[in-house]
Amino acid sequence: MLRWPNVPMSHSRTARTSLMFVAVALACLAVSDIAITTSNPWKDLLQFFLGVVTPDFFSSEGLATALLRTVAFAFVGVTIGALSGFLLALVYRIRIVRTFCAFIRAIHELFWALIFLQFFGFHPLTGVLAIAIPYAGIFAKVYSEILDQVDPEPRNLLPVRTGVFSAFIYARIPDCWEQIRTYTSYRLECGLRSSAILGFVGLPTLGFYLESSFSQGFYSEAGAVLILFYVLIATIPLWVRPKLLPLYVIASPFFLGDGMPIIWGNVKRFFTEDIVPAPLRTGYGSEEFWPWITDLVVNQALPGIWNTLVLTQIALVATGLVTLLAFPLISRHFGNRVSRTGGHVLLVIARSTPEYILAYILLQLWGPSMLPAVVALALHNGGIIGHLIGRQTNGIRLRPDAPKGVLRYGYELIPRVYPSFLAFLFYRWEIIMRETAILGILGIYTLGFYVDSAIQNIQFDKAIILILITAMLNIGIDSLSRRIRSRLALQTMPTC
Amino acid sequence: MDAPLELTGLSGFYNGQRVLGPLSFTVNPGERIALVGSSGAGKSTLIRLIHDRVNDTAALVPQELGLVNALPVFHNVYMARLDQHSALYNLATLIRPFRKDRAEVTGILERLSMGEKLWKPSASLSGGQRQRVAIARALYREADLLLADEPVSALDGPMANLVMTLLQERFSTFVVALHDVELALDHTTRIIGIRNGKIALDAPSRDLTPADIRPLYD
Repeated sequence: MLRWPNVPMSHSRTARTSLMFVAVALACLAVSDIAITTSNPWKDLLQFFLGVVTPDFFSSEGLATALLRTVAFAFVGVTIGALSGFLLALVYRIRIVRTFCAFIRAIHELFWALIFLQFFGFHPLTGVLAIAIPYAGIFAKVYSEILDQVDPEPRNLLPVRTGVFSAFIYARIPDCWEQIRTYTSYRLECGLRSSAILGFVGLPTLGFYLESSFSQGFYSEAGAVLILFYVLIATIPLWVRPKLLPLYVIASPFFLGDGMPIIWGNVKRFFTEDIVPAPLRTGYGSEEFWPWITDLVVNQALPGIWNTLVLTQIALVATGLVTLLAFPLISRHFGNRVSRTGGHVLLVIARSTPEYILAYILLQLWGPSMLPAVVALALHNGGIIGHLIGRQTNGIRLRPDAPKGVLRYGYELIPRVYPSFLAFLFYRWEIIMRETAILGILGIYTLGFYVDSAIQNIQFDKAIILILITAMLNIGIDSLSRRIRSRLALQTMPTC
Repeated sequence: MDAPLELTGLSGFYNGQRVLGPLSFTVNPGERIALVGSSGAGKSTLIRLIHDRVNDTAALVPQELGLVNALPVFHNVYMARLDQHSALYNLATLIRPFRKDRAEVTGILERLSMGEKLWKPSASLSGGQRQRVAIARALYREADLLLADEPVSALDGPMANLVMTLLQERFSTFVVALHDVELALDHTTRIIGIRNGKIALDAPSRDLTPADIRPLYD
């Protein structure tokens, strides 16, 4: 009689960790709210696709301006972020600087925008700072990592009395300049995405037009916005040229538009009154404060945290699944030239579409539940990691008699790329969580939902506390992910 | 170098284990010393230890060369005198070198048959060329003592001889680790043989033949 073999638990740490995450995600799936609630989801989806293939670029004259503003906000925001991030990177050894950077990058661009909107209003400064601040935190971290990797030997060989600045520009910068340049231009692409979605909170970028045309059911207009956005991202290598870059940087501040003037009284009121917890403001003191904070924690923070965590874990594993399915599409070990070109197009679309926009579209089509968010996060992030892993497999040389098809996938490629796959996935864990929180603004009950409702109800004191909680959660996940990566000896360069 | 350099109690440790010394010797002005010994004997460690003691008064050519790969040959050589100029001057040089510096560096490189490589990024050079850039950097440095760890290991015979002659001209005093015994005897005044982290031989070069040195490698 055939007996079930005595299979030992896998000795591979990576396999055990993966299984654990899958188990957690399945448990989360059981308690999550996943549903399609609209009556005619497929008809809406079809109409939307019809809109995309019949784009209408000339319906609104504002579209060109929105495109210009999107680029201008991205350039100004990323430039300021990169410059301040670089300065911060120089003193990144100092603990307080590291903590400060971790904190400012733990708060999503949209949250920063929501905060600044309250006191700067629709002034260009709101959009610029919303990008520049979190980007400065990210730049500081990555630049300092890049600088640390530079060979210290040339520095040691310099005459002792060489000035700090001279030593820096000769012995450190040149050898990592290329990496700094590559990473910065890559962040510029991220900046364009961030800039576009700032439109969803009312800034005059592409997201604003997407939302207004979509909500009115003008799918051809929405399709035009999306196509413009893809073209903008895809043609970056053509129009972002090293020689033109100074021109863009100098010119872009003049194309931010005027917005509304800043009312400085609002700024003062925001800091001295609005964000002070209500019970303290009115002067009742601690006896009112405890019920107030308890209510905030029990009815908003805790459900928000719970939903954010549940959604994050499902989205993380779903991202992994999408990645594992997607990378063969562009790998030279599978398919032919035509299928790979198709794969590239699919992955480019998946990773250029900000998850926020994807989630917004799916939410309109399928109705509110966690499903649109999971699908959006998985498609976007899976597209990014799938692209990176697929490219990595193209560097792998297999023996001539290597198996083909599924066996090649399972026995030759997966074992080789699995560690970097996990590294990228864990790296994006924090990013997925930051996005999960922010998707709440669209009406999914994650932390962003409670932040947004607090702001709608003009309770900025609550909103600020909830944003701080979100930041702490992100910092926690970031450090957990770093611990897991170092335990599994996974290394990776950052992705955005 | 005016005064004798007394080196005492030099010890090298690796993973908490003593791999070199303690050893002591004196470097007199005008002495050109070759450190010989089989690989792993501790020559590199000794060069490092001497450098730590004298630091800025010596030009160092380490085995790893310490070139900035992204910078052209000119700037790698120029780096030896960064301390002679203001930060602004150095910044300007990074963008466009001054004629005077250019002439001086070119002169050194031409003697090393590297004149035409002045603007090549050092990453694009061969091993022997990279080694000559590091030597040019040492020659350009304002120091009167040279410490070098196998500075000619990647050069062919005539070029190695030429380089040793140049070093001899430029530095009246040097301590150079060499594995080529003939080269050591031809270009130095004193040979120090290292074996198992200890000085096993210390004699004037003119009193030695290759046969005297061979036992160090057995």
